[in-house]
Amino acid sequence: MAGLATSFGSGAMTNSISEIENAELLFLIGTNTTEAHPVIGYKMRQAARKGAKLIVVDPRRIELAEEADYWLRIKPGTDIPFLNGLMNIIIAENLYNQQFVDERTENFAALKETVGKYTPDYVSDLTDIPVEDLYAVARLYAGTDKAMAFYTLGITEHVCGTNNVMNVANLAMLTGHMGRPGTGVNPIRGQNNVQGACDMGALPNVFPGYQRVIDPAARGKFEQAWGVPLAGELGLMIPEMFDKANSGELKAMYILGENPVLTDPNSNHIRSGLDKLEFLVVHELFLTETAAYADVILPAASFAETDGTFTNTERRVQRVRKAIEPLPGKTNWQTMIALCEKMGHPMSYSTAEEIFLEMASLTPSYGGINYTRIDEKGLQWPCPTAEHPGTPYLHANSFVRGKGLFQSIEHIPPAEMPDQEYPFLLSTGRILYHYNVTTPYSAGIASMWSDEYTEVNPEDAARLGFVSGDIARVSSRRGEVTTKVTVTDRVPPGMVWMSFHYGETPTNVLTSAALDPITKTGEYKVCAIKINKIKEHIHE
Amino acid sequence: MEMVSLSINDIEVEVLAGTTVLIAAEQAGIHIPRLCYEPDLSFLGACRLCVVEIQGMRNLPASCVTTVTPGMIVQTHSPVVIEARRTILELLIANHPQDCLTCEKMGDCKLAQYCYEYGVKQSSLQGERHNYAVDDSNPFIFRDPNKCILCGKCIRACAEITGKNNLDWAYRGFETKATTFYDVSFGESDCVFCGNCVSVCPTGALTEKQMQGKVRHWEYQKIRTTCPFCGTGCSFDLCVKDDQVVGVVSSPEGAVNGRALCIKGRFGWDFIHNDRRLTTPLIKRKGCFEPASWDEALNLIADRLSEIKVKHGSNSFASLSSARCTNEENYLLQKFTRVVMGTNNVDHCART
Repeated sequence: MAGLATSFGSGAMTNSISEIENAELLFLIGTNTTEAHPVIGYKMRQAARKGAKLIVVDPRRIELAEEADYWLRIKPGTDIPFLNGLMNIIIAENLYNQQFVDERTENFAALKETVGKYTPDYVSDLTDIPVEDLYAVARLYAGTDKAMAFYTLGITEHVCGTNNVMNVANLAMLTGHMGRPGTGVNPIRGQNNVQGACDMGALPNVFPGYQRVIDPAARGKFEQAWGVPLAGELGLMIPEMFDKANSGELKAMYILGENPVLTDPNSNHIRSGLDKLEFLVVHELFLTETAAYADVILPAASFAETDGTFTNTERRVQRVRKAIEPLPGKTNWQTMIALCEKMGHPMSYSTAEEIFLEMASLTPSYGGINYTRIDEKGLQWPCPTAEHPGTPYLHANSFVRGKGLFQSIEHIPPAEMPDQEYPFLLSTGRILYHYNVTTPYSAGIASMWSDEYTEVNPEDAARLGFVSGDIARVSSRRGEVTTKVTVTDRVPPGMVWMSFHYGETPTNVLTSAALDPITKTGEYKVCAIKINKIKEHIHE
Repeated sequence: MEMVSLSINDIEVEVLAGTTVLIAAEQAGIHIPRLCYEPDLSFLGACRLCVVEIQGMRNLPASCVTTVTPGMIVQTHSPVVIEARRTILELLIANHPQDCLTCEKMGDCKLAQYCYEYGVKQSSLQGERHNYAVDDSNPFIFRDPNKCILCGKCIRACAEITGKNNLDWAYRGFETKATTFYDVSFGESDCVFCGNCVSVCPTGALTEKQMQGKVRHWEYQKIRTTCPFCGTGCSFDLCVKDDQVVGVVSSPEGAVNGRALCIKGRFGWDFIHNDRRLTTPLIKRKGCFEPASWDEALNLIADRLSEIKVKHGSNSFASLSSARCTNEENYLLQKFTRVVMGTNNVDHCART
């Protein structure tokens, strides 16, 4: 998000899901869409079958790789040189959109100088992508009138995640694939309401609507609305919270609906931080691995038990409707109001809509949205006034920040690469049948997919004596887990892939503590591990 | 756009060139029965139930695949058309189990609906009947091939919505079957259990297993909501009976997804009523969680947080909000953190 905010002035997905249907070209880098965002994946597959060109850049042979015009099996952690290599060719062959670059962007000279060093031969060496594929993809992407770029955590979950994102933005701006339907830079957001949680200011640096806490005018506005003086210094980001919990500076936490013990990298550090807190409140549906550390657990209501809204990846604000009474007797917003009241700050909301309306009155991009207007189809922000129809694609005539900013970006290798002791590269992600750590509570889903199956390439499996179904121990410098193994060429030799859905195989014990310096996003996609067989597959 | 005028049941109708007779009739407020037609799938013209009489045409054409022409004169419910539809329905039920009393589809079955409308009680035709094994191989989709009327909607949904192409026609003639590659069970096939085939099946051939024996189709209330899993933002209806969620069904109106869903949205909802759901506050005493009243729990939290804030300052507190929760809940938690606790230490898993 920080990457696109720097390049464009807004971190959100620029275009709309419905534009995929009529797209001319889809450029997918670091997104296994058919598994992580299946319904968007369906649309991509339909578009490809209707004739849209499909370029898939992924180390794994993901489903969409099978449908792609070009599948580039990139070496993990080399996205920056890859993108620089494409831009090198596009500039050298004069395929870039001169008019767009002149009128809509700045800092082109610096970009040109940097990518000039990334010659096709050099890039091919770094990325393992054949030179002819680099040329073909560069020419195809630049030569197509409208091209949509998509990425997810395969781009962001690296030490250089922010730089990766800015480099995707560079490529789109260079070719003028921005500000029109069927173009854009489209990060597909992972969770149902990750866009909304950001929009709502559940971030340490901004109030709702990305109004910065260090900006005195913004602070004044919220002080007036909320009737109290507000802190003006930046708050802590998640990894800093757990660092300070470990060092004893952070004493108390309130955790709503998150399970960092299972989902955050280097989970032993999370566990010790939670352990050291003087007081921990966890507001949750289940007694999760994180809730086990709580002093008080508040039972939460699920989405079926509350009114409200979610904002999807294309900025569409849609209704969530209460279908049944909350199982614990209170919706989550009622619980929070009750707590505020007990702490001397009574709040007078009697419905979820009243909360929404207060938020919308303080959040310009939501200013024209109310429950009546979004009853049927939702509305895509920005929607500043009651008459505004919503915004299917951003940056139409100018970027939110004015001119698009090219950033020249050099290759930053992953923080931890395989070596003699830990010879394999571990990458992680989601599988189709599970959603992070909630679906294991679905009886049907859990009964079909109950175990982790770590993917190992056949060449490596032959050398290590693995067959599918064997039990292995996977260890990194930070911890170890046991897992079943599946032998498959979905992963290239030297790479091992795991999901993170299972309490029995808590993959994030292994993942690296390395963070993107700007967003503090963990490098889930690359760390070094070793893998040993501990038990033969038992034929039943 | 070129418009075409025609007459349907003696009503003058003007529609866009290229429109089918079935849609033209629909625009004139006339419903033509159909089993294999679905607006969001390609047109097949297989079931023949939508036949109409068109002046000058020798046979009764299927209206779902016949495009309008200028001056066309159409009768949608003439005696010869009604007779033809009755015969088609009789042919369909001649080889269809009539266990409607216990069929999961009862109340939502298109075949039963049209038999009712056309007064077809039983078939006068006697002949060979299928005796396929039911496919109960997975927790999501229950498949009874004996109830399949070969409309091919499941095949088209799998190919055209999901793009898996896991289903196709197998065998010939009376043995024709809509099935998986090698005619294996769904569980053994490449099925991804999105259930998009279930959402289009007009009969009891494909039904939601999770709803089996729990609810009749007229007993639940449908509450439109947004999926709580990934960021796509699909819409669907929660089916509610007696304050319990009993299922999820999709409809073509979804703003983002139409009727398409994936396994998580359509079949992952049962976490709602999982036995392990917490329903009462818990307070840890001597290392063990003990149930507590809301008041007790909230008082303890209020006291401890106030105490810590006074003793160690506002920045000794932090909250983790949630990308799974609603905007309203996120707004409140950041407001609580900033207003009540006095710190900007609020974050959520956008970065993880």
